[in-house]
Amino acid sequence: MEAFNSLILILDATLRVATPLIFAALAGMFSERTGIVNIALEGKILASAFAGAAAAYVTNSPWMGLLAGVMVSVVFAWMHAFATVTHNGDHVVSGMAINILAAGLTAALGNFWFKQGGNTPNLVDPFNDIDARFSPITLPFADQLADVPVIGGLYSELISGHFLLVYIALAAVPVCWWVMFRTRFGLRMRAVGENPSAVDTAGISVAGMRYLSLTICGVLAGLAGVYLSVAVTAQFLPNMSAGKGYMALAALIFGKWRPRGALLACLMFGILQAIADRSQGVSLGGFAIPVQAIEALPYVLTVVLLAGFIGKAIPPKAIGRPYVKERE
Amino acid sequence: MTAQTDVAAQMAIELRGIDKRFGAVHANKHIDLQVEKGTIHGIVGENGAGKSTLMSIIYGFYEADEGDILIDGKVTRITDSKIAIASGIGMVHQHFMLIQNMTALENVVLGAERGFLINESMDHARAELVRLAKEYGLDVPLDVPVERLSVGLQQRIEILKALYRGARILILDEPTGVLTPQETEHLFKVLDSLKEQGTTVMLITHKLQEIMAATDNVSVMRRGEMVAHVKTRETSREQLAELMVGRKVLLRVEKGEPNPAEKLLEVEGLTWTASDGVVKLDNVNLNVRAGEIVGIAGVSGNGQSELLDVLSGIKNVQSGTIRLNGHEINQGHQLNPSQVRDIKVGHIPEDRHKMGLINSFNADEAFILGFHRKPEYNGKIFTKRQAINRDCAEKMDKWDVRPQDPNLKTANFSGGNQQKLVIAREMEQDPDVLLVGQPTRGVDIGAIEAIHNRIIQMRDKGKAVLLVSVELEEIMSLADRILVMFDGKIVGEVPASKANEQILGLMMANIVPDEVKALQQEASA
Repeated sequence: MEAFNSLILILDATLRVATPLIFAALAGMFSERTGIVNIALEGKILASAFAGAAAAYVTNSPWMGLLAGVMVSVVFAWMHAFATVTHNGDHVVSGMAINILAAGLTAALGNFWFKQGGNTPNLVDPFNDIDARFSPITLPFADQLADVPVIGGLYSELISGHFLLVYIALAAVPVCWWVMFRTRFGLRMRAVGENPSAVDTAGISVAGMRYLSLTICGVLAGLAGVYLSVAVTAQFLPNMSAGKGYMALAALIFGKWRPRGALLACLMFGILQAIADRSQGVSLGGFAIPVQAIEALPYVLTVVLLAGFIGKAIPPKAIGRPYVKERE
Repeated sequence: MTAQTDVAAQMAIELRGIDKRFGAVHANKHIDLQVEKGTIHGIVGENGAGKSTLMSIIYGFYEADEGDILIDGKVTRITDSKIAIASGIGMVHQHFMLIQNMTALENVVLGAERGFLINESMDHARAELVRLAKEYGLDVPLDVPVERLSVGLQQRIEILKALYRGARILILDEPTGVLTPQETEHLFKVLDSLKEQGTTVMLITHKLQEIMAATDNVSVMRRGEMVAHVKTRETSREQLAELMVGRKVLLRVEKGEPNPAEKLLEVEGLTWTASDGVVKLDNVNLNVRAGEIVGIAGVSGNGQSELLDVLSGIKNVQSGTIRLNGHEINQGHQLNPSQVRDIKVGHIPEDRHKMGLINSFNADEAFILGFHRKPEYNGKIFTKRQAINRDCAEKMDKWDVRPQDPNLKTANFSGGNQQKLVIAREMEQDPDVLLVGQPTRGVDIGAIEAIHNRIIQMRDKGKAVLLVSVELEEIMSLADRILVMFDGKIVGEVPASKANEQILGLMMANIVPDEVKALQQEASA
């Protein structure tokens, strides 16, 4: 029973940790499937986390935070599109610029507006009547079933009691799959990333498809950022995205640019993180494993797995290449 | 007035004064063209004559600076491909516009979906494609990713794409470059049955014999201008060639009998596997004697490139042996490209842009690539710029490379002159063995003549020449013996005197005709 409970707790934490990765990986999928390399996910997450927390605090509403976060992320996505699609800029350079801009701008604006060293004020502050954080959702009958063995653990602890965004993230995976493989938009999107000339000659605007996809990318990345600041932490902290954009990109590659694969990869990162969090202070043969080593584990694994354990991942063929109509 | 309207109405496409510039390049100069409904109309011209630009304008890829396009007698402004498609124009591009990892069905549906969900579109397209396949002999597997299909089948998908979109005017841009002669024949049959059903076909090519075989009318382009419109049955290859180039051209290569001497290149059991596990060279055996040209024919991508790469030292020998000008090369004893050059082997690579030249270099810098360590180009510390420049200018004069300016960027030379520069560089080193890949790809007819003569001269000087080309005519007119490659293997050998397109075409599809088998038995007996 003890083991079962710890397993439930680890899986529970996995979902929590994996949610922003899932959003971001799906965001990356929409971008990369149309041929736009998106290392700017990191910057979008950070910017939307800040915008979300700031707006939520000022309006005292998590929903306004959500709206603001998503909007800012979409604007960042459009900046990326403007640089890479309209002006055929280098995708990595533009992405890096956006990441640096987001890191600097959030800290600077945060300090200027709230004077707390770049943090936003806490979104839950009973003394000032502030309660702008998303609350966990308790599913029907969760409380009643809580004490039933096994089912209680599975339902009330693992399935119930998460933030709304967690459920949205899980639902987004099949929805994105459906959009990609069952709709006209998805067909065109996949085609643009493979051979933009073919799409152009079929009478479809390559730039239009890429802008549209990057907009969706912005929305999803915005949800990841809002989740971090408005739901989990209830506050924005400088650099709170902590590489999640890059992790999501890695998950996307693990998942071979497919929704289900990306989901599994995100859950794997999540579970590693959850285990790492629970293993702090564990000693092995009398030797206390340093916390830092455990915390580094998911990242180390990312590098190792990416370096060669996942088989051949074939990226979209036209990825990273600007589309310019060629002269004969 | 009525008479004029009648004429206009008989025209599927009419161009009036189409003019297009790209910066300083005047690609199309006031082009007039009339294409009759229900005919096959050929457009010939050398590379860079402006054919593709003109077609791109009709298909809405570029917009003309001036002039009108009339479709079925009505002035139509084609600002993008969508309008061209809606006007009934379909285009089969030289480089197929297919999504390689999607199926034929998905490729056909892309851009012509019937609603937000694709299932219904797919069902509709499947039924329609089955009908079209039956009507025109355009069968293709519909549910296999395109990348697994042969180029011939991929081309059919391109045609089906156009027909599915209701094309009444079908433009084919250099459609036969990648096809075997038999596939080409089938393509022309398809075009004929399209014509019978009232479709107008425009065939863009630089291959004159195909124009003669397939078209009703021909228009000739030269340097951006339309220089002639003729009926195919009232013209000849020679006349068309003259119109294309602007002067008389010798289409046949004059050469005497070869005098084969000792074997300078021998390849035994050469096998080479790519990193993805695909066997590119499969137990290749061949030899080339001094004083003869051995041609390797085959549809591109059947191992010819890998053969040249291994022979020239770019790729390592994995198994088998090569004896090259008295030196044995095998797995334990490899030579790198510079060592291969040192044993007097010249290499004219298949793709001058990727391997032969550096486009952003000046001509004289490009001219010493591979020979840049030679003492005459180097001082103690610095390179001797002036010596290099002078040497290049001298060779440019000798080899008729124009413009004769060693300081001009390589990219600014025409294809033919770039190729002459590469050929001059390699041949001037006086190699004993010469490896030649696609010597006239993208080269204009005038330059082809010169290049062919140089290759024959090398042979007559007693050099061993291995010639790889996908142009059957070139192989047949230059080579003394012809080997055909298919899927990494040598399918068989035919003496040039016995070779014809029929035989070579079958062998390129891995079928050895009986007469070739008989020849081979004779040879071994």
